Amino acid sequence: MMEPGLYHLLFVSTALFFIGVYGFFTRRNLVTMLMSIELILNSVNINFIAFNKYLWPHKMDGLFFSIFVIAIAAAEAAVAIAIIINLYRSHQSIDVERAEEMKF
Amino acid sequence: MPNTILIALIPLLPLAAFLLLGLYGKKYFKNFSGIIGTTVLLLSAAFALYTAYGYFFEYGKIDGIYQKLVPLQFTWLQFSPGLSIDMGIILDPISVMMLVVVTFISLMVHFYSLAYMKGDERFPVYYAFLGLFTFSMLGLVMASNIFQLYIFWELVGVSSFLLIGYHYDRPSAVAACKKAFIVTRFADLGFLIGILVLSFHANTLDFNTLIQRLTVDGSHELHTAYTSMFLGASALTWGTVLVFIGGAGKSALFPLHIWLPDAMEGPTPVSALIHAATMVVAGVYLVARMFPVFSMSNGAMHVVTFAGIFSALFAAVIACTQTDIKRVLAYSTMSQIGLMMFALGVSGSNLESGSLNYSHLGAGYTASMFHLFTHAIFKALLFLGAGSVIHFIHSNEMKDMGGLRKYLPITHITFLIACLAISGVPPFAGFFSKEEIMLAAWQHNTVLYYITLFTSGLTAFYMFRLYFNIFWSKGVIVHGEHHGEGGFAMMLPLVLLAIGAVAAGFIPFGNFISADGKPLESEFHWQFSIAPVAVGLAGIFTAMWLYKNKSNKPAAIVTSLGGFYKAAYNKFYIDELYLFITKKIIFNLIGRPAAWFDKNIVNGLVNMTGNTTLIISEKIKGFQSGKVQQYAIYFLAGLIGLAVLFIYLWKPG
Repeated sequence: MMEPGLYHLLFVSTALFFIGVYGFFTRRNLVTMLMSIELILNSVNINFIAFNKYLWPHKMDGLFFSIFVIAIAAAEAAVAIAIIINLYRSHQSIDVERAEEMKF
Repeated sequence: MPNTILIALIPLLPLAAFLLLGLYGKKYFKNFSGIIGTTVLLLSAAFALYTAYGYFFEYGKIDGIYQKLVPLQFTWLQFSPGLSIDMGIILDPISVMMLVVVTFISLMVHFYSLAYMKGDERFPVYYAFLGLFTFSMLGLVMASNIFQLYIFWELVGVSSFLLIGYHYDRPSAVAACKKAFIVTRFADLGFLIGILVLSFHANTLDFNTLIQRLTVDGSHELHTAYTSMFLGASALTWGTVLVFIGGAGKSALFPLHIWLPDAMEGPTPVSALIHAATMVVAGVYLVARMFPVFSMSNGAMHVVTFAGIFSALFAAVIACTQTDIKRVLAYSTMSQIGLMMFALGVSGSNLESGSLNYSHLGAGYTASMFHLFTHAIFKALLFLGAGSVIHFIHSNEMKDMGGLRKYLPITHITFLIACLAISGVPPFAGFFSKEEIMLAAWQHNTVLYYITLFTSGLTAFYMFRLYFNIFWSKGVIVHGEHHGEGGFAMMLPLVLLAIGAVAAGFIPFGNFISADGKPLESEFHWQFSIAPVAVGLAGIFTAMWLYKNKSNKPAAIVTSLGGFYKAAYNKFYIDELYLFITKKIIFNLIGRPAAWFDKNIVNGLVNMTGNTTLIISEKIKGFQSGKVQQYAIYFLAGLIGLAVLFIYLWKPG
């Protein structure tokens, strides 16, 4: 059984990132877009952990950073959901295409 | 020594009256404003008389010469050491005399207006404006600094504008006040440039210093002013001529006189004030104040002489043809002011002998100031008398008048005195002052003397034409009810001024006022006065023969003169000439191209900027779509772009 190396992990994280970006650009549902953002954040977390483990195994910076990102992501999710709820109240929908009053 | 506070109060009291009546008159003093204004002026006049007495008889004369005293002066704006605009008071014979004249005439006008303007809706405003007018003129007279004089000069212009346009509901009055303001303002441009030229060379704005620096023979300033030439004339000549243009504008000398007849749209007492004591004599006063500097330049003196004599003759001819009584008086003022200027102009003539000593200056200076003094009195009397007639008849036209001597006995007598005075009949005031002018003219140039003599005859003629047309001529034509002469308030000034017109000539004027401050020996020869008096009487009798009884003789003369009469009646088409120059030439050649340039080029540039912005923004506004995901794509694209730039393309070092 082959031990997974740094490149495998980076591949996973890149794939995760672009799945997230694709989802963010194509989904019209705000909750789904939020989920896509979580994917992007997690791909970053994987990067941090992977580099920490393979390049500087004796340091903890990457770990702390990823924990930090998780905490921020939690807060961000709370804010985003509050925005979504308010948008739903005013527009009766959470479709981003319907919330485009702020244009020229 | 002079009591500075009292002197300062002379102009400040009318200013206080102006502020009080202007701000609160309508609210609190609706009925008392006239009395307040008159009382204040009475105080001013009393202080002025007190000052004059003190100056002429107590402290003014040192070693037999009247000094130029500056009891008060403070620096107002300092430009550089030695060059500052000061506010101060100057006391010398002419300023003290003017203080008395201005306050006295203004007091008479204030008092007269109590009855004349009674019941007017804007009574307090009227008195406020009168106060402002008096204040500005007094400030002008006292100015110790040429720039201070200029400031008050403009204030006089503004207040005359306000008073001429007092009846602002009449379009003609509005047009007249605008005309007066624009014409005099145009002339003031010359004055301002003249101030700059003179003060540039003298390096000061203070009158005493300026006069001293520009008149002492061999001084550095005078030398540069003489030697810097421009278009064939020295800087000194240019400066003085430009200053004179300002004076000519205010004093209504040809060709800047066009505002004066139209200024008759103001209330009649205001005309009296403008013509007798304030506005129009300001120009003469200016030239007299700067006289030593003027006398250094022969060119400037010639300009003053010829502008004066030409205006005098020109206005006298026009005055003979006008039918509006106030216009006749207006042209007569122009003529008399022209004579005063002329007298100033000829009095420097002795300079040609090469001596720069003041004592050689001729008698014209004294004559001019004397005539200013007597003219103020009888011209105010004439205008107030005319006001009384207009008050009675409600018309300015001669054809509506006639035979009024029975209805207006006091006006009739006082008007007759004034007419005799202006015609130069002894022993009335005008005789003495005119005599001195004639004498100065005689000493200067015989041709000019005969022109003066002729003008003087014309003066007598048109004044008596006026007199006979108003008070004699036709039978009595008075409608059912009439309200008499206008009561005590209107009669008292007439009587006081008439006394002045009789008595003022006996003042030994040469003792008090002369170009150098020393008493001038009066050279009075009774033989000399035969010709002027004879010519004056001839004018009077001609007028009597033509106008005493209604006849067709005037009409016959009019037809025999034909075109000349028509030209004179139309004021020699000067107004039309101005209109032609402005409307046809300036508007078409300068105004319209400038307007085109403004509309198409200047405006076009601005519009182009606006249009370009509009088109571009129309094109790019799609970016602001409101779609969050689109923004995110732009963001990502930008990010990728930057990443590519920094990783692959941009190599530091």
